[in-house]
Amino acid sequence: MGDLRSLGQLTLSRLRVMLREPEIIFWVFAFPLLLAIGLGVAFSDPMPDTPRVAIESGSGGERFIEALRADPEIEVRILGVEEASDALRRGEVSLVIAGDESTLEFRYDPTRAEARTARLAAERSIQREAGGPAPVTIRPQEIEQRGHRYIDWLIPGIIGFNLMSTGLWGIGFYITQSRQNRQLKRLIATPMPRGHFLLAQILARFVFLIGEIPLLILAAWLFFDVPMAGGLLSLTMVVLIGAASFCGLGLLASSRTRTTEGASGIINAIVMPMVVLCGVFFSTARFPDAMQPLIRVLPLTALNDALRAVYNDGLAFTAVAGELVLLATWGIVAFILALRWFRWQ
Amino acid sequence: MSTDPSPETDSPAIRCRGLIKSFGAVQAVRGLDLEIPRGECYGLLGPNGAGKTTTVEILEGLQEPDRGEVEILGMRWADQGRAIRRRLGVQLQEVRLTDKLQVREVVRLFRSFYPRGPTVPELLERVHLTEKRSAYVRDLSGGQRQRLSVACALAGDPDLLFLDEPTTGLDPQARRALWEIIESFRDEGGTILLTTHFMDEAERLADRVAIMDHGAILVEGTPQQLIATLGGAHVIEFEPTVRVEVLELGELPSVKSVRERGPLRFLTCDELHETLPALVDLVKSRGGHLASLTTHRATLDDVFLARTGRQLRDG
Repeated sequence: MGDLRSLGQLTLSRLRVMLREPEIIFWVFAFPLLLAIGLGVAFSDPMPDTPRVAIESGSGGERFIEALRADPEIEVRILGVEEASDALRRGEVSLVIAGDESTLEFRYDPTRAEARTARLAAERSIQREAGGPAPVTIRPQEIEQRGHRYIDWLIPGIIGFNLMSTGLWGIGFYITQSRQNRQLKRLIATPMPRGHFLLAQILARFVFLIGEIPLLILAAWLFFDVPMAGGLLSLTMVVLIGAASFCGLGLLASSRTRTTEGASGIINAIVMPMVVLCGVFFSTARFPDAMQPLIRVLPLTALNDALRAVYNDGLAFTAVAGELVLLATWGIVAFILALRWFRWQ
Repeated sequence: MSTDPSPETDSPAIRCRGLIKSFGAVQAVRGLDLEIPRGECYGLLGPNGAGKTTTVEILEGLQEPDRGEVEILGMRWADQGRAIRRRLGVQLQEVRLTDKLQVREVVRLFRSFYPRGPTVPELLERVHLTEKRSAYVRDLSGGQRQRLSVACALAGDPDLLFLDEPTTGLDPQARRALWEIIESFRDEGGTILLTTHFMDEAERLADRVAIMDHGAILVEGTPQQLIATLGGAHVIEFEPTVRVEVLELGELPSVKSVRERGPLRFLTCDELHETLPALVDLVKSRGGHLASLTTHRATLDDVFLARTGRQLRDG
């Protein structure tokens, strides 16, 4: 292993092939951006369902809890002041009811479609309970400051989604193609250290990340004024661990595939459920409690949570150590299994 | 020079004993023995499906035999695989190198795997691709791709070169260009194991050939020795319109052997000018004539036909 020339040349080769594929450039750089722009312009949650409402504990809203619970159009719960504010920002609830006995305060993000539904339903139930046409004063408070909108919440999810799909597709597809073209067989007929080939795939991904992620962050800032609350070092740590984890999964997914069609099937089977379940476009809180343990253990959930903690909430990477350990575990286990099962010909 | 553990250099380049390899119910290689001294170009000749590629891939360490022993340059795959690979050059069938890389980038990549060997420009010069060094693999002709593949095989200055049907699918000019490259490697003292189903290729390049069919070697020797087993230097191939007995044909002047294959008859003889008129007279005296008649110098294809009743290219 003393001679690293082969590792360097393998990495360079992989980078050249990537840079010379216009369609790969599109999927890696342009697609996530277009996705973010599309969703950002639409500016609405793409999947409205029963809106969730939080009542700040100790507020004047608490006395209407029973009436709100009886309303089939909303789901209601009581949260602490901090919790409620976090939940609103993360899209886990669409409306927070606060304020005192005389004046209730409705906090919501007007750019979310279901926030309006929640507001109308909650107001109707409260006034009916109070016996009104309008005995209770309700003051709407639109939360639309930077860092608290849907687009702010969406961008880290797009980064997570991008790290997953480029890791799986970029590594899995290329390896399968090399196997199908018998290039892997040709390579192992040389004294090339086999680990160098696999390592080169991961290194090439990392080099690509240097262009990929800053571009997304920059575009989000330019087009949507999305701020980055956390530190660069923390974000880099999360991105690197996330990318490495999905590289491991990409190697595992393609460790035995014989055809690119077969690889597409396997990769889609991994990517698609995670896109839906792991909080890319909408909060994981929308899924029933019974599914939460499964959702929490998936690598993309851990990555998205960690990214949002740093990007939106301004936390350091040490605050998401649990998520990072989970991600790293996925990556390491996948890498070890991939090495054991890898078929070179 | 190499720092590899260098076993006694008088050991043969390739030695294998009793190789057996099956894929499911199909026995691809059935008890094959081979010994190739250093500096020899050895041709493994046989139709498609004869077991040539399986044999070669076992020798290259890319497949494991079910049974049998393999020694390459005096070393064994199990404990000196890496050291063997450093001294092998391998060209495989049907490898599609990455289209999006340039010729010199591919050669540089393969060169990086070996501790010693020629420089990239030297390798390109050797396979006459210097002018194409900046071309993408995608834009190369079949012959140029094959030469690039040979450049990669030569990247580590190998002692032993494996070439698996290197000229299949190439036009005559491209084949000759590749032969010259192979010959220059051989002339510098390199050992070559070449598989082919072209008799002319084997006759031109190989010092010794083995004819392989159904996973076993039928016969082995220099091309001249094998052709000599036919007994005559010329082959007459004809189709008479009347019945002529084998025994009668065998008594024609200078005839060494007679074979039948469908309506066709094959004679081998030493003196065409003696045999031909006598053959024409014989058929005429029976009231018939020759529906077809060709003659050629005896080749390895005739040896294969004599041994198996089939022609090499029939597969």
